[in-house]
This record gives sequence, C-alpha cells and structure tokens, in this order.
Amino acid sequence: MTILLTLVVLVLVAISIWQITKIFELSQPKKENTQVADDDDNRWNGKMMFAFLIFIYAITLFSFWKWGDVLLPEASSEHGLEYDNLMWISFAIIFFTQTITQALLHYFAYKYRGEKGKKALFYADNDRLEAIWTIIPVIALAGLILYGLYTWTDIMTVEENDDALVVELYAQQFNWKARYAGEDGVLGDANVRFLQDFDGKNLVGIDATDPNGFDDIVVQELHLPAGREVIFKMRSQDVLHSAYMPHFRAQMNCVPGMITEFAFVPTITTEEIRQTEDIKAKVKKINAIRRENSQELIAKGEEALDPYVFDYLLLCNKICGASHYNMQIKIVVETPKEFQKWIDNQQTFAEVIQ
Amino acid sequence: MSTAVAQLHEEEDHGHHHKETFITKYIFSQDHKMISKQYLITGLFMGIIGIAMSLLFRLQLAWPEQPMGIMSALLGKWAPDGVMDPNVYLALVTIHGTIMVFFVLTAGLSGTFSNLLIPLQIGARDMASGLLNMISYWLFFISSVIMVFSLFVEAGPAAAGWTIYPPLSALPQAQPGSGLGMTLWLVSMAIFIASSLLGSLNYIVTVLNLRTKGMTMSRLPLTIWAFFITAVIGVVSFPVLLSAALLLIMDRSFGTSFFLSDIFIQGEVLHYQGGSPVLYEHLFWFLGHPEVYIVLLPALGITSEIIATNSRKPIFGYRAMVASILAIAFLSTIVWGHHMFISGMNPFLGSVFTFTTLLIAIPSAVKAFNYITTLWKGNLQLNPAMLFSIGLVSTFISGGLTGIILGDSTLDINVHDTYFVVAHFHLVMGISALYGLFAGVYHWFPKMFGRMMNKNLGYLHFWVTAICAYGVFFPMHFIGMAGLPRRYYTNTAFPYFDDLANINVVITVFALIAGVAQLVFLYNFIHSIFYGRLTEQNPWRSNTLEWTAPIKHFHGNWEGKIPEVHRWAYDYSKPGHEEDFVPQHIPLKEGEEELQH
Repeated sequence: MTILLTLVVLVLVAISIWQITKIFELSQPKKENTQVADDDDNRWNGKMMFAFLIFIYAITLFSFWKWGDVLLPEASSEHGLEYDNLMWISFAIIFFTQTITQALLHYFAYKYRGEKGKKALFYADNDRLEAIWTIIPVIALAGLILYGLYTWTDIMTVEENDDALVVELYAQQFNWKARYAGEDGVLGDANVRFLQDFDGKNLVGIDATDPNGFDDIVVQELHLPAGREVIFKMRSQDVLHSAYMPHFRAQMNCVPGMITEFAFVPTITTEEIRQTEDIKAKVKKINAIRRENSQELIAKGEEALDPYVFDYLLLCNKICGASHYNMQIKIVVETPKEFQKWIDNQQTFAEVIQ
Repeated sequence: MSTAVAQLHEEEDHGHHHKETFITKYIFSQDHKMISKQYLITGLFMGIIGIAMSLLFRLQLAWPEQPMGIMSALLGKWAPDGVMDPNVYLALVTIHGTIMVFFVLTAGLSGTFSNLLIPLQIGARDMASGLLNMISYWLFFISSVIMVFSLFVEAGPAAAGWTIYPPLSALPQAQPGSGLGMTLWLVSMAIFIASSLLGSLNYIVTVLNLRTKGMTMSRLPLTIWAFFITAVIGVVSFPVLLSAALLLIMDRSFGTSFFLSDIFIQGEVLHYQGGSPVLYEHLFWFLGHPEVYIVLLPALGITSEIIATNSRKPIFGYRAMVASILAIAFLSTIVWGHHMFISGMNPFLGSVFTFTTLLIAIPSAVKAFNYITTLWKGNLQLNPAMLFSIGLVSTFISGGLTGIILGDSTLDINVHDTYFVVAHFHLVMGISALYGLFAGVYHWFPKMFGRMMNKNLGYLHFWVTAICAYGVFFPMHFIGMAGLPRRYYTNTAFPYFDDLANINVVITVFALIAGVAQLVFLYNFIHSIFYGRLTEQNPWRSNTLEWTAPIKHFHGNWEGKIPEVHRWAYDYSKPGHEEDFVPQHIPLKEGEEELQH
C-alpha cells in the first residue's frame, strides 16, 4: 500500500512539475522565443553546471561516509591482501582522475557560458598537449598492467603440491555439494552418467570402476582448514554456475562438461573473523535491521527473522534459473585439527554405497 | 571519382521519386529522412518498454516480495498476489538488456542518425541504395514485433540474461523462458542482425562513394567518421553473433552439441557430448564487446558535432579524434575475452586480454581531454543538446574509469558479475549513449520535423535525468564492492546483505524519478512535432551541409545542385570572418588558408 501511495505521489509530482513549467512558460512576457538558448539560459545553465560539479563531489563523499563500511570486506585469503593492494592503487588513480576531469569539464561549462557578442578562441590543435595526455595514461596504465599481470599469474597458477587439499565444488540447480579426495589425495573419476547409480546415492556421479573414488567424501557443507592451500576443482551438472567467495577474493565459473580450477589459502577461521571489530559491528547493524523487520512481520502475524550470525559466503554468480538468488552452502574455516576431526567423521563413498 | 558518381546519382534522381503516394511516402519509403524518423519512433517505442521494465524490477529489488498493485496490474498472472515471480524477474532483466542494447541504442540511435545525417552531411541525394535501406528498416520493425510478441507467450519470454549463455538458454527444462520465448528471441535477433548488416553496408558504401565535390575524407564531420567506423565494426562482428545464434538454434532444435556436454537435468542424462559453453561465450563476446562501441561511437560522434557547434569553436584535435575512433574500433575487436576472465579459459589468455583492454583507455582518455579542451575559452551556447553532450562526457569519464578495475583480470575476480559491473556499463555505455540519443534528437529535431523542441522542458528533462543517473548508478558501485551479485531476484536470501537494503531503496527512488522525467521528454517530443515553433533554416548556426538543405523535406534533399564543399566542418569563430561560423560550402576567401588538419 505504501508503495502504491509512493507511486501516486510520484505521478502527482510529475504532473505538477509539468503544470508549473507550463504556467512558467505562459506567464513569461511574449518576448522573442526562438527555442535557442539566450544569455539568460546560458547564465542559468552555466551556474547549474557548477552546482552539478558540487553535487557529484557531494554524492561521492556522502556515499563513502554513509556506506563506506560495506566496501570490500576484510580479505581472508593469502592472495587477498595482494588483491586489495592493487584495488586501492587503482581506486586512488581513478579518484584522482575523476576529481580533476569532472572539475575541468563542469568548471569550463560554467566559466565559458555564452554571451552575446563574445567571440570564442579559434584553437584547433596542439600536438604537444595531445602528446601529454596520451603519454600520461600510457605510463599509468603500463604500471597497472604490469602489477595486474604479476598478481594474476600469481593467483591463477595452481601448483599441484602434496600438501594441498583438493576439493571438488559441485554445482547444480539450485545447490552446492563438495567432494574431498580422501586419504589418497586423488579425486576419483566422475561423470553425470553415473548420477543415477546406487539408487541416487551417488550424489556427484563418481565412477565406481575407478578405485581412487572409494575414499572420496561427498558432503553438503564446505569445511576448509586455515593456513593450508585448497585447490578447488569445479563442476556443474546442468547449466553454468559461478562459485563466488567474496571474502576470499575468489571466483570461478562451473561449466558443464569441463573441470575448472581455482586455488587459495584461507587465513582466518570463521571463529576468528567473528571476533574482529568490523564483523562485530556489521553483525550488530544487521541484527538491528532484522529486529525492526521482525516487528513488522510479527504485527502481520508472521514469524520473526532469525538473528544473524556471520558466516563466509559462497554465492552463485552466473544466472542459472529461478532460484539463482538462493543457492546456499555453509562454509566453515577452522583450524587444521578441527578440520581433521570433522572429516574423520564423514562417510566415504565406499561406505555410502554399501 | 566521388564526383562522377554523385553527378550520375543526381541525374538519376531527376528521373523518379516525384510521384509519391501515402504508402510510398510514409510507410514503404525509400527516403533516408523518412526512414530515419521511422527508426527513431520505433526506437523510442521500444525504449519506453525497456525503461518501464527496469522500473518494475527496481521496485521488486527495493521492496522485495511485498505485494504491489502495479505488479498485478501490469504482470497479471506472473505476479500472483502482486508479488513478481522469480522467473519473471529474470525475464524482465533479460528483455530490458536486449531491448536497450540492440533495439534502442543500436537501431534507435545509430539507425536514426546514420540515416538522417550521412546523406545530408556528405552532400548526397540519398543512401547508395534506398531499397536496401527500406528493407533494413522493415526487418528491424519485424524483429521488434517478434521481440514484443515474445512477451506474451504462455511460458514467458527469454530469461537467460541478455547474453543468453547456454546451457540455460538451450534447455527448456532449465527454466520456462528457454522454451518458445527463447526461440522467438533467437529468431528476432537473427532478423535484427540481417537488418543491421544491410544498414551498415549501405552506410559504408554511401560514405565511400557519394561524397559531394570537395568533401574529402579529411573534411568529413566527426559524426560521419563515427557512423562510418561503427558500420565497419558492425559488419565485422554481427555475423559472428548470427553464427552463435544459428548454432544455438541447432543445439536446441536439431540435437547437435556445439555448446553442450555432459548434462543431467530433471532426473535425466541428456545425449549431448563434447560441446562447450565457453565456445558460445567466445562467439557472443566477439560481437558483444564491439557492440559496446557500436552503441557508443555514434553517441560520441554526435557529441563532437554538438560540442563544437555550441562552443562556437573548432573541435580540438580533429586528427586525434579520428585516430582515436580508429584505434578504439581496432582494439574493440581484440578485447572480448575480458568478459571471460573467470569463465574457465586458460589464464594466459586472461593476461593477453587484460593488456589489450587497458590499452583502450588511451584513445578514450584522448577523446575526453579533447572534449574538455574544446570547451575551454569557448562561447558556450547551453542548449539542451549541449547539456546532454556535456553530460555524456561526464558519465563517459565516470563510467570509463571503473573500466580500469574491470578490465584488470585480477581485480575482475571479485567484482565480476556484481552490481559494480552493472554500475560501470550503465554509466559508460547505457547512460552515455542515451544522452547521445537525446542530444541528437534535441539538435536535429528542427531538421527532422521542421519545428523546434521546447527548450525549457529540455532543461528540466536534462537536469532531473542527470541528477538521477548519478543517484542511481553511483551507490550501485558500493553494493557491488560489497559483493552483491547481479540478477538476484532478491537479496534477502543472504542476511549478510541486509544492510544493503536501504541503498537499494535509494537507487529505486532515483530510478522512478528518472523514469518520470522521461515523460517530460516524450511530451515535448510529440507536442513539438505538431505544435512546436517553426524553425529557421539553420537554428544553431552550424557549419555542416544538412543546414543548407531546405526545411521542407523532399526526396533528393537539395533543389538544384548539391552544394560543393570548400573547407572542414569546424570553422567556428575563425579570425577574419564577420560571423562566428563559416559553413562548409562557403569558398575560401582570397588569401585565407584552410587549416592543416
């Protein structure tokens, strides 16, 4: 109802603006109205240009003041720190350029607003100037490209080392599953053709003729040991999905018919990050919002919302159908000891199909 | 040679084109000016649909799952109890993207102004082939009708995102929109591409062959350079999308496996073997990225012309402007992979595409700085068209700069497909190109309809739109950096995002106001066609040839001979001349030197 009212108000505002301009137009003395800007228009719009410059700065500052806390949450992976560095350097360059160029553009539009009888400067070319603003971006970009490529290679080079934990992330409409390689450290072969074997107990289609697969562990909750490299092998059984873990600065598409890879080292356990000031503040803020929303729900006779506890996110980030917005799996980052304890309690594939 | 052809054309033209019936004049017209109006009006109509859709899904995002009367009123059974269905949400974002990118900003923008301005500004009586031009428009019209029709099929229109990645788009089991809706989408786009190719070939041939005497390539107005290069990019890249669409049709209907492999869906293993969705992504983005420039370059061309005319100054660095158009066009065909950094393709390719992508920033920076320098020490006539052009430069910079982040494969990892991307491309190509369209309409309205649009309504339209455009897209960067993925029906499934809800409300309110502001434009546009003030022949005191043609339209553009060209298009405020403009057809005075540009 409130929304309908808002809409009605908006429409009324629009109509009144329209009417006001009409009155404004009619009330003006019938001077020569050619619909070409005259000195009054130039003066007025020139000033508006200057005001608009201030508006751009204001909305920038306001957004940072009001919403700055939601930007890039703390990085919880080793390469995340490198990523954040590059991001802030790029941001600094962007803000510097944005501030200066918008100022020049709008200030010139204000300063050189037209007047009858004034003549513009005939100024068509200056090779020196143009060389300058070609070379400056070249230098800035060369730096960014080199730094970017160095980081990219570093992140994307997945080295198979014995120490790493190999995890398969398996996507389907509309949930995730994870498969651990088990004691042999090798994932058994798998294909969607085997999904219906063993009365549907073969959740990710492990090939039962491959001995490497028997000790594999398939679970619906993703546990990761802190401080150890995790190599993700991604698969999808139906359409494209994308595994996006913003806190770890990690993302890779899951593509039916092929296995994609991404590796990172998680550094902060779930318990640890819940104790950081940032997360505490965020959880507090969110719970305040949820309490408020709950009151509305209770008033309507519906159930209240659960209080929020922080967990790392794994989001599907490639449009995949109706419930794309709601593909959930819990991520738990824990100490290697806790991880070992957890995984020892899970059933292997051999046990499941017995 | 161009002279000979022009003369030939001239003689030919005196032969026919005189007997015009209602149908040949207004419907199956071969006159480029009428076709241009047809493109504009069809484009605006599609624009209304596209923008209305965006307002609907913005309402859903701001107040998710709250019953709204407007939803049930407009969506009927697709919004049971006034709450939009998730599949409908996806369909709306898909069709919004498709309509805005292709039907409004490609056909509506480039189709309108290439058709209007190429013959008039180069001094030709019409396009090289009036017949092809007419067919091009009617194919566009048919594809628009099919696209609109697809909104009404039982299971809903295509809903796999405007990029329609398979397998989602290939399998009706995957979502309802991938049935008949997707078939219609593909058919509509195939026809659209045919239309676009016919149009582009015509533009290229016309620019190369029908320039009037004295109109050398280095005297072409920048508008024509932009339209010309846009047409070249279109001819190079659109056929690749056509091939992708055809292969997808084969996969959908004839059991081939170009893009599909190893799929299990709805309890069934499908027969597809050996294809790859990544191949589709390559084919799609080989058009998809140049498409950004197909949309943007005409807007930049229009802006160059309007900023020079209204600054009463030559465009600064004409040669650099042409060179940067060429550089952008070339680079645009070798950067498509930056949409695919995390698609699973070889990371080495990511490095190559990062390199080529960031290079595009260089010609773009040159363009931005040249616009700013053109304003410097000008005598700015702040007409509505000029305001939109300055606005374009502003959003082009704001949106373009964040491209440095998205074009960098490393940084893309964490912002890929989030609202950061949505904010970036809406500013840099959506809003910028839309401003280009508005600027063009305000500026050439007198040429098209012989009347002027109301300037005060134009000012109102610009300022409300300009404020709302930043109001919508600036905060969007923040929710993107917070990690919120795009194409989410609601953000309530993850309580982590609860603190972004109020930002979404702010965005939606600005979007609604912006939507209302477009009604001002629409009113002004329609009202002025019939009741606008009659125009003088050259209201903006511009140099280009179109303003030497009579106000009243007739097929052939000029009575008598086509004017000859003696100078470039930017002799504004040239010392030694009484007036602050010297049109292109005025011969050089004795002792006057033409600028070495």
